[in-house]
Amino acid sequence: MAQPRVRVPKKIKKGEVVTIKTLIGHKMETGLRRNKKTGKKIPRKIINSFEAKIDGKTVFKAVLHPAVSANPFISFTISPDKSGTIEFIWTEDGGKTFTKTAKFEVA
Amino acid sequence: MFLKSVTAISLAALTLGATTSIVAAKEKKKPWEVTKVQVKAPKGSPLDYLASGYWFRTKKTQSLQNDDFENPGFLWVEQGKTLWSKVDGKAGKSCASCHQKAEKTMKGVGARYPVYFPKWKKMMAIQHRVNYCRENNMKAKKWKWESGQMLGMATYIRNQSRGMAVAVKVDGSAKKFFEAGKKFYYQRRGQLDMSCAGCHQQNFGKRIRADLLSQGHSNGFPTYRLKWQKIGSLHRRFRGCNSQVRAKPYKRGSAEYTNLELYLAWRGLGLKIETPAVRQ
Repeated sequence: MAQPRVRVPKKIKKGEVVTIKTLIGHKMETGLRRNKKTGKKIPRKIINSFEAKIDGKTVFKAVLHPAVSANPFISFTISPDKSGTIEFIWTEDGGKTFTKTAKFEVA
Repeated sequence: MFLKSVTAISLAALTLGATTSIVAAKEKKKPWEVTKVQVKAPKGSPLDYLASGYWFRTKKTQSLQNDDFENPGFLWVEQGKTLWSKVDGKAGKSCASCHQKAEKTMKGVGARYPVYFPKWKKMMAIQHRVNYCRENNMKAKKWKWESGQMLGMATYIRNQSRGMAVAVKVDGSAKKFFEAGKKFYYQRRGQLDMSCAGCHQQNFGKRIRADLLSQGHSNGFPTYRLKWQKIGSLHRRFRGCNSQVRAKPYKRGSAEYTNLELYLAWRGLGLKIETPAVRQ
């Protein structure tokens, strides 16, 4: 269910500051909950980091902790000076990554 | 018999806060957005007016619902959309094989349910209907009521009716189930001896511990509840409400809950469907 969705404006004016919005469906299991029937702790599994790269260069990075609720929504601003591709990478505990890319034009 | 709302003042205080947020909104309102605070109650309703659960939540929660991108419920709508065209079962069909585009064929369906199903001689909710189609037409395995797939499908289907008024039929063959649902609503139950009406009819707008009571409508279901951190069905909420008063909850999909769903839909006749709503 970890379908990430991103909102990147397709056309950006030079010098314009745009807001990039991202949302990923993820349980963000904290590791503190217990199974109601067995009493065993449900193991921690969260997205621990989020990175945004434009043409390979990191423009935004966030480290997430168990306090972040499920389906984390992250938004940030960029002001690119040339057209390119922005790549979003979400890294889960254990190393698994989810990625999404989007192209934008700077006019 | 029952006290008419004493909470008109408190609701007005809430809505004053909400109206300023509407006035301050720079973007144009979409057709399905919740704008009217008080909707005319259906004929014979014990309520003076209807107010969607939307108005009882904080502005932050409302803003989550207003934005289709930020609304986490849409992750399930997307899931439902994927499942709609997925072939499943021995008959080699998908939902789309018979129903084509859900945007067209499912429009208004969510607003009509639950409906009377003559074959079963009882009421049928959307989830029942999906499983009936899966079992008989697709020759596929039934989905569990609260499974990711069923939640996705039910949310996707009801989302096609977003912005349309709730329009269930409660006369004719549905009448005795409507009466059964009505009886359930007013019946005290559980160790705490409380009824649905006690909170949602007599005391909406007031707080029970830290929770602000709404009128208890179902127009936003299946809804993304911040408490659940996911989409949940109406029957899940019923189970929660029953457990809260220390009554033994009924099963999801049971006749008791389906009849209650019908009665609740009647109580909310005229309210706009908001699926997937965002609630506390």
